[in-house]
Amino acid sequence: MSTAPELDTAGSLRWMWRQLTSMRTALLLLLLLGFASVPGSIFPQRSQNPMKVRDYFAANPTLSQWMDRLRLFDVYSSPWFSAIYLLLFISLIGCVLPRTIEHLKAIGAKPPLTPKFLDRMEFFTEAETDSKRALDQAEAWLQKKHFRIRRDENSISAEKGYSRESGNLLFHLSLILILVAVAIGGLFGMKGEAILNVGERFVNAPTSYDTLTFGKFQSANTLTPFSLTADNFKATYNVQTNAPSDYVLKVSTENPIGSKSITHIIKVNSPLTFGSTKIYLQANGYSPVVTVKDKSGAVTFQGPVIFLPQDGNLTSTGAIKLPDMNPQIGFVGSFVPTYSRSSTRGAFSAFPEVLDPRLLLSAWSGNLGLDSGEPQSVYRLDTSKMVKIGLKQLKVGESYNFGEGSITFDGYRSWVNLQIVDDPGKMYALLGAVFAILGLLLSLFTRQRRIWVKIDGRVSIAGLAKNGLPGLQDEISSLKSELEKESRA
Amino acid sequence: MTSTNYAYLSNYLVYSSMVVYTIAFFAHAIEVAFSVRNVGDATQFDFTRTQKSGRIGSAMMVLATVILFAGVVVRGLSASRVPWGNMYEFSLTGALAFSGAYLFALWKFKVRWLGLPVVIAVLLTLGTAITVLYRPSAPLVPALKSTWLAIHVSAAIVSGGVFLLANCVAATYLYLDHMESKGPRTPWASRLPSLDVLDQLSYRLVAFVFPLWTFAVIAGAIWAESAWGRYWGWDPKETWAFITWVAYAAYLHARVTIGWRGRRAAWLCLFAGSTFLFNYVYVNVWGSGRHTYSGL
Ligand code: HEM
Repeated sequence: MSTAPELDTAGSLRWMWRQLTSMRTALLLLLLLGFASVPGSIFPQRSQNPMKVRDYFAANPTLSQWMDRLRLFDVYSSPWFSAIYLLLFISLIGCVLPRTIEHLKAIGAKPPLTPKFLDRMEFFTEAETDSKRALDQAEAWLQKKHFRIRRDENSISAEKGYSRESGNLLFHLSLILILVAVAIGGLFGMKGEAILNVGERFVNAPTSYDTLTFGKFQSANTLTPFSLTADNFKATYNVQTNAPSDYVLKVSTENPIGSKSITHIIKVNSPLTFGSTKIYLQANGYSPVVTVKDKSGAVTFQGPVIFLPQDGNLTSTGAIKLPDMNPQIGFVGSFVPTYSRSSTRGAFSAFPEVLDPRLLLSAWSGNLGLDSGEPQSVYRLDTSKMVKIGLKQLKVGESYNFGEGSITFDGYRSWVNLQIVDDPGKMYALLGAVFAILGLLLSLFTRQRRIWVKIDGRVSIAGLAKNGLPGLQDEISSLKSELEKESRA
Repeated sequence: MTSTNYAYLSNYLVYSSMVVYTIAFFAHAIEVAFSVRNVGDATQFDFTRTQKSGRIGSAMMVLATVILFAGVVVRGLSASRVPWGNMYEFSLTGALAFSGAYLFALWKFKVRWLGLPVVIAVLLTLGTAITVLYRPSAPLVPALKSTWLAIHVSAAIVSGGVFLLANCVAATYLYLDHMESKGPRTPWASRLPSLDVLDQLSYRLVAFVFPLWTFAVIAGAIWAESAWGRYWGWDPKETWAFITWVAYAAYLHARVTIGWRGRRAAWLCLFAGSTFLFNYVYVNVWGSGRHTYSGL
């Protein structure tokens, strides 16, 4: 019985490995990764903007279901995207490691033997000189220029510019390091967001977060045990363009909880750092402060309610839910920091700072739907089982009696959205990036070339440039005139 | 001087540079249009007739670039910050970088024949900037307040200038290649460098700025880390910067390791350059994501 060698598993695995680590495959994978990242820049992505994905679903119900099956809303975490970069990663390792070993050997070794037919080289010339001393002269000249030299009986083989290959390998190894760093960040990192009213305290525990995601090997009990109180928040705006010009958040922190309290300033481009955990100021808005009383005058709710900004001037909307009243009461609210009014838009904000605040409320009575079991947004009121009982616009200090009780607009507070991130991989990514640039510079700007001098009756000089940088022509000419100098003298 | 005065002065300088660029345009156009003089038989030409016009063109290019540079600097002074806050300012600086990259190549590689396409592109960019993209001078939004803005944006804009110059060379290559495939070059085209030289020139421009572009992307990642809490988030702008990077890396690989030359390499170069332009125009104007500082 006979098995063809190309059918045995070890052989075909080796064949596949060679295909995978070939330059052509790597190049193809690299281009493929580029193309694969395109849809993520065209379709909304869950990881960046889940609201937009929801809107897209609403606008194209059937199409988006199919697109979702292809993971077009999660391109960068999709199996097909991961498959491409894993293959590229493996291909890179398979290509670079053997080359590194080869290169390390080459550094210690002498340049290869002088080839037989020098006149076939890209650069070739003959020197008119006394052949006896030519090799000594050439060796001295090449030595002075720090070439590696192999001197044989009647020829010299010299090479310079090994750092081109060193740089090239350094660059590719750095790419591997960056991919590893990304993986470390994904597996051991965490990322969460929390909205905090000014004056409130945040304790770094999973229950304090609005959203929180962990890497596979990170968990709740590895969170840095700090607490943070938002003492003061100041936003300044350009009075001509209404664009924000500065956000400053003052916090006092305890790390670990119970230790001495320290105050810090957090700004958009300067987060607060605890070890590898960083706390960023991401967004801000307003929470109107209200007091609700029932018919008997007893306070059923008092405090700030977080509203979400809807435009650049911070017109904000939200919901106030009072499940303990009988019947249940809810308000759909709109907070306008600087009141203005137009016939088309109704009430809106003309400036993001609070200059002339209003609270617009529509009151609803009925069933809030909180015990249906389905999670509900705290910013929206589900009015499907409710009836509207009134509409009112309030200035600070004013109250509105909606029949079942009254609501008072006491004032407002700012809230801040903190993003808390722990990415233990990012130092390695930075290191990889720095090495990648160094490697690139070495590999793109080092001239690697070989020069041969050979004596066989005549004196031949030849050269071979290993990359496209010019300069070898001049070098050969100056070697030639060096050799001819003595004989002329 | 008040900030408004600075803004006016900047506008004035930009307009002046456009006037000087227009003179450069005519000088280059005259050089190209009237350079061919038949001497003796039909295959002998002399191109010296309009050399002076060409030299005037180069001098005007230098002058216009200096004036534009002053315009960009004063624009920055008007808001006490780097002049890279919205798309009007990006376009001014982009035109400046492109023009500067050309002058660098003119000095290093004697490429006056590129003067005409370059000056046309610069005038179109500046024209679009002052008519469509113009915004009053204003301070930066908080996310842009970072030293990394200056580093990242300047590296990206300079890379862009050189990439586009390499694209001009590659396009010239393809045009002349097409012409040669039909017969000998027309007289005025015979003055341009050989296909080999063009091929090598576009490669060297790309190889020269690829590390800078890599640095620009990395500086952007460092800045994103300090502003947004992640160094890479596949935001559309980031995605397309990555695509540009991959495309140029593929170009370098194709040339160095597979040995592509000539036509195929030129097409790949054009493709890579167009991903850069796409990022600038499409993602700034129509894209979403966090990099929307175009002010449009
Ligand atoms: C599996 C993937 C890869 C393999 C097998 C590979 C292989 C190689 C090889 C063999 C060279 C040497 C060229 C020479 O000097 O003859 C090279 C050069 C280079 N590679 Fe890669 N590479 C890979 C991925 C990448 C990636 C992802 C990038 C970055 C985008 C990249 C960028 C470069 C650059 C810029 C050069 C230098 C080109 C030059 O010397 O002009 N490579 N690569």
